[in-house]
Amino acid sequence: MGGGTEVSDGTDQAPALDIRGLRVVVGAGRAEGEEAEAVRGVDLTLRRGEVLGLVGESGAGKTLTALAALGLTPPGARLRGSVRLLGTELVGLPARELARLRGDRIAMVFQDPSAAFTPVHRIGDQIGEALRVHERPRPSRRAARARAITLLSDTGVPEPERVALSFPHQLSGGLRRRAMIAMAVANRPDVIVADEPTSSLDVTVQARVLAALGDARETTGAALLLVSHDLGVVAQTADRVAVMYAGRIVETAPARELFARPRMPYTAGLLSAAPRVDAAHALSRVPGTQPAPGKAGTGCAFAPRCPVSRPECRVTDPALAAVTQPERGPGRPAARAAERARAAAGASAEHLAACLYPGAGEGAGGGGLFPVGPPPAARPRATAGAAPALRVTGLAATHRTRRGGRLRAVRHVDLTVAAGETVALVGESGAGKSTTLDRIIALTAPEAGRIEVLGRDTAKLTRAEAHRLRGRVQIVLQDPATTLDPRMKIGAILAEPLQAQRVPRAEIAARTPELLAEVELGGEAADRYPHEFSGGQQQRIALARALAVRPELLLLDEPVSALDVSVQAGVLDLLRRLTSAPDGPACLVVSHDLTVVRQIADRVVVMHGGRTVESGPTDTLLTRPRHPYTRTLLWSVPRPDPGARRPLAAPLAPLSGCDTTTGCGFRAQCGAYRELPSEQKRLCEHEAPGPNGPTGASCHFPYPDDATPPPGRPAWRGRPGAH
Amino acid sequence: MSGVRAWAAGRPAAARLGLALIALLCLYAFVGPHLSPHSPTDIDYTALSAGPGARHWFGTNRIGQDVFAQTARGLQKSLLISVSVSAATTALAALVGTCAGYFGGWTDHALTFLVDLLLVVPGFLVLVVVASRLRNAGWPAYAAAIAALGWMVTARAVRAMARSLRERPYVRAARHMGVRPLRIVRGHLLPHLAPFLITHATIAAAAAVVAEAGLSFVGFGVQPPDVSLGTLMADSAEVALTYPWMFFFPTGMLLCFVLAVNLVGEALRTRLDPVAAWAAVRR
Amino acid sequence: MAGRVLRRLARSLLLLLASALVSYAVATAALSPRAYFEDRTPRPPTVAVDHELAALGLDDRTPVAERFTHWAWRAAHGDLGRTLDGESVNAEFGRRIGVSARLLLVGTVVGTGLGVLAGVWAAVRKDRVPDRAMTLLSFLILSLPTFVLALLLKDGALCFNNSVGHTVIRYTGESTPGATGGLLSRLGDRAVHLTLPTATVALGLVAAYSRYQRAATLDVLAAGHLLTAQAKGLTPGRALLRHGLRVSLVPLTAFLSFGFLTLFTGSVFAEQIFGWPGMGSWFLEAAQRGDVNSVVAVTLFAAVTVLLAGLLSDLLLFALDPRVRG
Repeated sequence: MGGGTEVSDGTDQAPALDIRGLRVVVGAGRAEGEEAEAVRGVDLTLRRGEVLGLVGESGAGKTLTALAALGLTPPGARLRGSVRLLGTELVGLPARELARLRGDRIAMVFQDPSAAFTPVHRIGDQIGEALRVHERPRPSRRAARARAITLLSDTGVPEPERVALSFPHQLSGGLRRRAMIAMAVANRPDVIVADEPTSSLDVTVQARVLAALGDARETTGAALLLVSHDLGVVAQTADRVAVMYAGRIVETAPARELFARPRMPYTAGLLSAAPRVDAAHALSRVPGTQPAPGKAGTGCAFAPRCPVSRPECRVTDPALAAVTQPERGPGRPAARAAERARAAAGASAEHLAACLYPGAGEGAGGGGLFPVGPPPAARPRATAGAAPALRVTGLAATHRTRRGGRLRAVRHVDLTVAAGETVALVGESGAGKSTTLDRIIALTAPEAGRIEVLGRDTAKLTRAEAHRLRGRVQIVLQDPATTLDPRMKIGAILAEPLQAQRVPRAEIAARTPELLAEVELGGEAADRYPHEFSGGQQQRIALARALAVRPELLLLDEPVSALDVSVQAGVLDLLRRLTSAPDGPACLVVSHDLTVVRQIADRVVVMHGGRTVESGPTDTLLTRPRHPYTRTLLWSVPRPDPGARRPLAAPLAPLSGCDTTTGCGFRAQCGAYRELPSEQKRLCEHEAPGPNGPTGASCHFPYPDDATPPPGRPAWRGRPGAH
Repeated sequence: MSGVRAWAAGRPAAARLGLALIALLCLYAFVGPHLSPHSPTDIDYTALSAGPGARHWFGTNRIGQDVFAQTARGLQKSLLISVSVSAATTALAALVGTCAGYFGGWTDHALTFLVDLLLVVPGFLVLVVVASRLRNAGWPAYAAAIAALGWMVTARAVRAMARSLRERPYVRAARHMGVRPLRIVRGHLLPHLAPFLITHATIAAAAAVVAEAGLSFVGFGVQPPDVSLGTLMADSAEVALTYPWMFFFPTGMLLCFVLAVNLVGEALRTRLDPVAAWAAVRR
Repeated sequence: MAGRVLRRLARSLLLLLASALVSYAVATAALSPRAYFEDRTPRPPTVAVDHELAALGLDDRTPVAERFTHWAWRAAHGDLGRTLDGESVNAEFGRRIGVSARLLLVGTVVGTGLGVLAGVWAAVRKDRVPDRAMTLLSFLILSLPTFVLALLLKDGALCFNNSVGHTVIRYTGESTPGATGGLLSRLGDRAVHLTLPTATVALGLVAAYSRYQRAATLDVLAAGHLLTAQAKGLTPGRALLRHGLRVSLVPLTAFLSFGFLTLFTGSVFAEQIFGWPGMGSWFLEAAQRGDVNSVVAVTLFAAVTVLLAGLLSDLLLFALDPRVRG
């Protein structure tokens, strides 16, 4: 297939991809001073058939590096250095020859598939085009489309014929990603570059996409460069990992070793800042933020944030070098023995770090290197009998669709938040979480059911009462960058809710510095504009605004989903501290991320298809869930630990022709249901399950109190032999 | 106006040239007549169709009237119309657009229908018809008519922007906090619309002058003995090649003004994305 | 989908009706046909004028609503009334519509086509000489009022003809009166006559569209799907052609109906200045005389063409962009 590309000598020995001294300047052609070197000398080798994870936070230059692997740059960017694909130098190659390699020997899965597919052509034609461009004799349009359908079905896309005829906007994010993968493997390339293939996807969909990617790699034998900010995804999939920071690779090692023994302080901080789903633990906080492209000074770019940096670090920019055996540190005989064994096997040459003093903080362990937030403490239970801060019973809500129809976004929601308690509402996109939150904050009569906010039935509020109640209930919306008016100073932003409640001016002026201090910002912040702050700081400001009126109930919509891991840890800490204070507000946190929920919630309520399906204390629910959906959800979260790799549960493709308007809403995707004898199946089909068992799982046949994985197709089995 | 200052500092050449040209034209229109001994209606029988010279700086027309004085009078009228139309249309467009966009519902339906209705027949045609009633009413009447027919496209754009601003998270957040609607419009919507409105004020300023001149050119504007740039051009268009000064000076002033305003406007507009602004016009 | 098309058509029809009503009301309020009859010498007796006005349906003693109903009833049956001279408006309409339609059609096609091409070219050559030249040129043209442009073109042509020594660029009327010769030479003659008026109406359009198309193309050049196309193995040029062009045309459709409005206004000036016997020059004559029926007929024509342009731009959007097909 494809083939026929002449490559230079040494093809057989050359690595799949060899990047040397890669530099990418962005903003070329614009005014002087706006040019910035976003990638500053990256060396990266991808061996044939291996999976290399490229990890880093946003702005580290991952995407530019991934594009450069194909010799591509976004408009206005310039590329320097060397990129060798199977021994062929791509930099400086004429456009026609580059085009001949791209899509044939090396293919890319783009980050944002809603932008990556051309909106005006059908998916099947776009996949088929990849074949028609490279294959000689050129297949006919019809033949290419037929092959596209095969490729889609190989990628695990249900109803591939329909998908091939669809336009990109008609498909869900998960389907688009899989279509993207199908397009990438069309010509059986030797290298696949996947840029954030699962970012912003739900975990169960992520598991499906990872499965598709794993299959694609297995059938083609291609090497995979997997770019991701998600440590879990990388731990689950990669043989080797490279960590990127401020346009450079700062550490690279086999996955197991990197996660177990990071030597560069940044890697250590990143790892210990990542929340885990299996335990609530103290998260380390990496101070400061990554320098913007072009703003890294001399010396190590991480030095300003590094707790163990020395004066030399600010002068000398360390090169990537093999890590030597640690000589200091309290004896960890087992680890050192293992290290020695690996060194004997030639493995330690694989571990490179760009640090003058690699492992300087080793003695304290990765987490000890950085200040650590408070460990999650048990909170005082609300006294029995006190009115709950929020009680929702039987809530239903519909949306008007663009075509004039009505969509039942919320079918039946029951939930209670006691005073002082933090409850997480968990579910995937489309589950109805945001609509639920929206109906609560509307403070009007719901279409069906009942909402009581701070003891008041919202259906019975007058306009004036609702306005007063708004002073006691506050909401923090999802993306801090967009919830703060860019043309208002922070002082004015913080004053807004107070002014709405007619608080006197003097009192507002006194409250502002107080609020800023509460969220760990300086008083001088009041005179600045939102864009002068980083994402984490912006979220703190949004939080301060919500706290301004001392609310009794705080609603949080995905409070950290827009933040990078090292920043997220700080905000989570702050949230923990604020909510566990004795007079802190009751909280309802909406989140799709179980690892986040694990860190801050006392109780968890799970939603699926517009219904609350299970609820219970966080510890119980996130270790031994009873409802099949919760169990699938839990088992599809990858753990940031390559040593404890386990198959992810990819949810089953929905049964076709399953009418979920009657009976259990989850049964179309329920693995347990498919294994039931037929008379029990009938129960699921005809009767909507009520709360059942200790966690109130809405299931006729809940799981027992254990931790067995749900039935389903395991995603990304991994290659145990790789280590 | 700190934004305008910041922008002027950013792209000095074009913007400064435009502002300087506008200042010069104002000087000519309002101070010029006091420097010249001739009034626009005076007839100098000793100098019929005389070229520019020491006595008649811009020459005279075929019946011996001073072109310098006439052009100044015409320009004066153009400038007054320009400023008032620009202010009126911008205010009207902002009012109608934000009301329709932010409040939605029936307000929106009614206002949108009105806008569409006024856009169905080219405004200039309506202006021609209306103008035959305004012959003796003076420039404010013309300005009012031009303004009444020149706000719709901007209003549509403002409406679309207000609709999208309405759903911005910070506006939603303000609603959830209990901030009253008018305060939201004033505090969150208008500051964001301001750059767009300023840009459109410059476009309206140029368009108004052109509309008035065009109207006078086809004979529906001011009537003799009063003059406007349009009538001056119409009277001299046929002899433009024989007596160039009669045609050149009024036309030159008109072009200078439009060019200057456009220079300022273009500099402002590049700060907005033109495609996005125009795409927003469609509902 | 069919529902949306029907709703759209119904709304257009409603707008047409409303605009007919409004323009009739404005025309009767502002124009004075009585003055036209009374100004004749010798001044006719009032009774005679009343009689003549009544015959035309313009008697200002009957209420406007009644006059409009009467007019609308006959218009619905295809009769637009009579001009002040007693001629049939329909006949005059028929004579002139072809002239205007040719100018508008050729102007739209030439203006849009050239504008799009120029915009794409400028975007691809961003910040180089062609782009900068085009930016400057379109800026100058946009600063030039249509009637000034027409006058300058006319004078320029006159200068050119004078310097060459014989009439190369003929610009008065639609064709040389009494021209003889074969079909080919007559067509050639018409084409020459069409040049300047078309340039008058189309140049502004070219300038405006080239700006919008340039910006839209630059947006597309930065879009993710163009990188995808290249990653798939298309060269940058082919990627732009196959995956960029159509997407970049989508926002332009929003501008088409507004562009047509300015084009129509421009055509009024072009007809007047170049002496074309079209709808525009008829309109100006009629408005001058107070000929209500003719004025309303032309505004109706304008409304229909503008609404058609709107529908066309919707259809174009529909054809270009599957996302709006819903």
